[in-house]
Amino acid sequence: MPNSPSDRPRRITVQRRGPLLVEGPVEVELEDGTTVSSDRFRVALCTCRRSRRYPWCDTSHRDRPHQRDA
Amino acid sequence: MPHVSQEPRLPSARGPVSAAVAEYLRGSGPLPGHAEIADAAAYGDDLQLALYLCYELHYRGFDGVAPDLEWDPDLLRTRAAVEDRFLSALRADTAVHESVDAAIAELLVEPVDGSGVSHYLRKEGELWQVREYAAQRSLYHLKEADPHAWVLPRLWGRAKAGMAAVEFDEYGGGRADRVHAKLFADLMTDLGLDTTYGRYLDAACAELLATVNLMSLFGLHRSLRGALVGHFAAVEITSSPGSRRLAEAMRRTGAGPAAEFFYDEHVEADAVHEQVVRHEVIGGLLAEEPQLAADVTFGIDATGHVEDLLAARLLSEWRAGRSSLRSPVDMESPHIS
Repeated sequence: MPNSPSDRPRRITVQRRGPLLVEGPVEVELEDGTTVSSDRFRVALCTCRRSRRYPWCDTSHRDRPHQRDA
Repeated sequence: MPHVSQEPRLPSARGPVSAAVAEYLRGSGPLPGHAEIADAAAYGDDLQLALYLCYELHYRGFDGVAPDLEWDPDLLRTRAAVEDRFLSALRADTAVHESVDAAIAELLVEPVDGSGVSHYLRKEGELWQVREYAAQRSLYHLKEADPHAWVLPRLWGRAKAGMAAVEFDEYGGGRADRVHAKLFADLMTDLGLDTTYGRYLDAACAELLATVNLMSLFGLHRSLRGALVGHFAAVEITSSPGSRRLAEAMRRTGAGPAAEFFYDEHVEADAVHEQVVRHEVIGGLLAEEPQLAADVTFGIDATGHVEDLLAARLLSEWRAGRSSLRSPVDMESPHIS
């Protein structure tokens, strides 16, 4: 679908320690050629590669220290 | 499933303050006196239920209670006195971080060997404990995101836009079958629980009532909008990893597909919400109103305080093999998994 001149660029927010935030809806093509999609207003894409719900962020990038109570 | 339009029944009283409030709502008795309110324990069953009754008039009300009592000046005066007990206790008992950033930084650390309720349920929770947890939490999840909607008119700019976007997602993005409260009702059905709004109010412990009262308190007072935003941030930041553990608990106990889906959805949704709430809602609010920083921090830490009280209650009962509920929860329908 061609972009109309009135379309503004899709915003992607980057963070050094966190997911890429992309305005939804999005369709993501994975390495094996399959696609997954989300129609959330914004999606968080994993950049740390630790997510168990890849390509979506599941907050696995957080520090995970041992020996603390919480 | 047909919608049950009836309002919930008034619950049984838990002491003189809640008894008097309930009688007043029925139109058959005077409001509690100052002495009774002053004597009730701030986090105890009687005071928390009385406050819950006052607040519930702003949500769905009760069967047989005149809707206009929501704005009854005498009842509001009583509510203010009860709120004052609760808020004073929260301010006295909450260990507050020195800054918003310090409070958030602590929430962003995810200990491997944590010991909260979600850790317990993931590792060793039994199906009856999962059902109790769902029955207790239903007091919030069946009105999920509602207490936070009240803050919208009190925000503007980035904070309002971010908050509204997250709330829209909580409300299913415009689709009734994806409203988070509906997803929770589906979870309850998997667990053989009654999805009727307010059904487990009698069963819920005081510590659970306090977690819901906290949201209503912050949501209903514009003066506490900073605390409401802090509270919401604390919920959204801690929800994603906690939901992952609860999803694992649902899978391990065979709770059912809708039960798993509710928490799986929250893993993904709240990973996004966390980012929006931190950067847009808190960032936007403090850019406009930097004087609210201490309130935001208080909201974050007070949420941790009431959640810690709830966790201590649930885990102490369960570890002793006892129910955390005040009344037993029947199976409502045969469980199919």
